[in-house]
Amino acid sequence: MTTTRRDLLNAALTATAAAAVTPDLARAQELDHVHNHQAVPSDPALRVKALESLMVAKGLVDRAALDALIDTYEHKVGPRRGAQVVARAWVDHAFKQRLLTDGTAAIAELGYGGDTMVVVENTAKLHNLVVCTLCSCYPWAVLGLPPVWYKSAAYRSRSVIDPRGVLREFGLELADDVEVRVRDSTADLRYLVLPERPVGTEHMTEEELSALVTRDAMVGVAKVTLPREGAHA
Amino acid sequence: MNGIHDMGGVQDMGPIRREHDEPVFHAEWERRVFALFNAVPDVDEPYRRYQIELIPPADYLRMSYYENRLTALVQILTKTGMATPAEIESGKAVAGTATKHHVLTVAEVATWIVPDASPKLTAAAHFQAGQRVRARNMNPVGHTRLPRYVRGKIGTIERDADVEELQDSDIQGLGPKQQHVYSVRFAARELWGEQASPHDSVCVDMWEGYLESA
Repeated sequence: MTTTRRDLLNAALTATAAAAVTPDLARAQELDHVHNHQAVPSDPALRVKALESLMVAKGLVDRAALDALIDTYEHKVGPRRGAQVVARAWVDHAFKQRLLTDGTAAIAELGYGGDTMVVVENTAKLHNLVVCTLCSCYPWAVLGLPPVWYKSAAYRSRSVIDPRGVLREFGLELADDVEVRVRDSTADLRYLVLPERPVGTEHMTEEELSALVTRDAMVGVAKVTLPREGAHA
Repeated sequence: MNGIHDMGGVQDMGPIRREHDEPVFHAEWERRVFALFNAVPDVDEPYRRYQIELIPPADYLRMSYYENRLTALVQILTKTGMATPAEIESGKAVAGTATKHHVLTVAEVATWIVPDASPKLTAAAHFQAGQRVRARNMNPVGHTRLPRYVRGKIGTIERDADVEELQDSDIQGLGPKQQHVYSVRFAARELWGEQASPHDSVCVDMWEGYLESA
């Protein structure tokens, strides 16, 4: 067992060394991540290009399928899907009940799929927050690919031990008597938070409501607010 | 494996850095790594995750999300024999070394985002909602989905959530491969002590084999 593990680690080390960008460049990239994406070193760009050519040449991947994957998750799937689900639940009580009972089936009614979904409702007394402490599990089917902060060590590590501190960092201060329930996505279930419908939206159409719903509210790090209240994430 | 990836409860990782109007990808090479990592043939998700977990901790933390995936992808190709280190170094395939694989197609990609009609897995359930359970104290060296911060802790089954295949590298002693997954609620104070809010809790999705009656 030990030998196997050591062998694996050694193998990983060798390849990491082969694949790694220099520490300085990587650190610069990390620091510049927010403001300067041009700082990404050209080195991984060249390496990935060569790797893709190799994988195509060896018959491991089809370039058209790669393009389709990128197009799908960059342009077709994203938080607008989740926002539609939320708005529908706000205006259609029967749909909301189905959604909370069997998220996958209710979301399929809108034609969306790809994940086994659990939808959890935030109320005035209960606040759900979604995280994946082990990797970066996220409901791609309804939110698309996760933002960098969701995948960051800071968010993954602290959400379970200090959820109120994390929420405060997102600008959300919860009263002491509100229950915070953190959802660690450790299996194949993916979580979508059904946020509270804001007061003052009674006159709005389903489409107008869906425009209010943010990705952050569906992860549970924000509430849905009316535009004039500001503080949109 | 008790690796750096299992980071629930660590407190010194710094502030959460957010980006306004963040794009889905930050560079073209990230797009290609995303696609390659998800299209690599004949390896399942637990295996791909485990290859990321095997990246040495200092590198795992230093590298970005897509750099880690690129590193794991290279590992997958060399360990499975799909490509040799020399080929990856040169970017040129050595003639006569191609192996047979199921290559992901455009038509298959289209099925990833629509409702799945395949039948649900079934298994007998040995626990039920409301029952008190203890997360097993186990420390396997392979891949597992049981985070360290709940091991040995007592929680309550919130719901019988799903039937899934166990993803551990070593399923010996964990029961059948296909089993119920429960959402188990742990009081924050059970996990973190008096410093935690008495109202708060953490729900973790757990395969039946990770649990014992309490």
